[in-house]
Amino acid sequence: MAFVGSVQLEKFNAKIYVADLVCLAMVREMGALMVAIIMAGRTGASFAAEIGSMKLNEEIDSLRTFGISPMEFLIIPRTLALLLMIPLLTIYADVVGILGGLVVGTVVMDFSVIHYFEQTQVALQSMWEVYSGLLKSVVFGLIIGLVGCYKGMHSGNDSSSLGRAVTASVVVAVTIIVVVDALFEVTFSYLDLR
Amino acid sequence: MKEDSFKKPSILEVENLNLAYGEYQVLEKVSFSAKRGKCTVLMGGSGCGKSTLLKSMVGLLAPKGGRILVDTIDLWAVDQEEKTSILKKYGVLFQGGALWGSMNLVENVSLPLETYTELNEAEINDLARYKLNLVGLSGYGDFYPAQLSGGMKKRAGLARAMALDPDILFLDEPSAGLDPINSHRLDNLINELKVSLGITFIVVTHELPSIFDIADDSIFLDGQTKTLLAQGLPSDLRENSEHERVRSFLRRGTPISKN
Repeated sequence: MAFVGSVQLEKFNAKIYVADLVCLAMVREMGALMVAIIMAGRTGASFAAEIGSMKLNEEIDSLRTFGISPMEFLIIPRTLALLLMIPLLTIYADVVGILGGLVVGTVVMDFSVIHYFEQTQVALQSMWEVYSGLLKSVVFGLIIGLVGCYKGMHSGNDSSSLGRAVTASVVVAVTIIVVVDALFEVTFSYLDLR
Repeated sequence: MKEDSFKKPSILEVENLNLAYGEYQVLEKVSFSAKRGKCTVLMGGSGCGKSTLLKSMVGLLAPKGGRILVDTIDLWAVDQEEKTSILKKYGVLFQGGALWGSMNLVENVSLPLETYTELNEAEINDLARYKLNLVGLSGYGDFYPAQLSGGMKKRAGLARAMALDPDILFLDEPSAGLDPINSHRLDNLINELKVSLGITFIVVTHELPSIFDIADDSIFLDGQTKTLLAQGLPSDLRENSEHERVRSFLRRGTPISKN
């Protein structure tokens, strides 16, 4: 992003705004979105696979016969764990993204570290920019957890349907995330939060 | 009421049960009762609805009609809380053992104890290991299901089913896939538990040696008519059943007609 941005911004003699571009894009949008897509592919798929194979092996039925609710025992803890972890991972992604921009800015564009950081600080005038990204990430986490668990619980009783459930969990979660992300931005814009 | 129900000889009664998957009718008008402290075998050819009937009796598949009375209480007419209290009297062994793969054997047996008893961690651990000893799995408590053979999984599943000292144990094809010696051992274990602990067994199986070994009573489900065709002691049914299909089933298809 820093690279592509620098090429365009150079035309306007505004290369230093790469710091603004990277910082705002990461905290508002890319951090949450990148983490959500990775987590949908990794964790959402693993939820669907774990729960689907438990269903296949009658493990869900055996929970039910003990009067233990699969919702309370399998779905809620997994989704809560994801809701807790995904904002932390998003902060991590934001920091790594900004540091990546810093490397490009200092090595390729010859800015000093201090100059780049100062410009990043200017861009990040309000912490709302960060919080809005984290808010999105929590909603994305909820989508990934629920879609993964739902697809696992509703997979059929054969191994091929388990494979389909895992694939569907990723496709559906990523699609919903992209749509919800767009709705977030439109809403923020209408509410003058951008 | 509890006192009265305790005196009843039958612990579980099935009345006019209709079972279906969507539009597909599996069983119609099935009625029988299971005697307390005895072993009732549900038998019949593959696909006749034995496991479906079992699923309905253990609260997993709602019937389309009829009632399942457990100590006179209708399992499918009560609210979730009362249903859970009925399920606590149950132990269920599924066909493949259905052990929870992410937990070792002790944790598998401990989960119901942690959920429903006030025992502390050490007591639960001891009790879980005791149940595993009971089925001949002492020393395997720290093993995960994936590390066990099919027979061991079944026995571990039985230990877990017995975790809460159930009144009724439902076993779905316990000897399927076991070698003859392990199968015989499991049958002996069922007979021992029935006598020593007074547990009522309801066993789905089509393994003839097992049927004759363990059954005090049996019902024969017929896939063609989708009904209960016969009830009685298997050896009696083999000799005297009025239905050719029942006699044939109990003789492995040998075409010997009545008399």
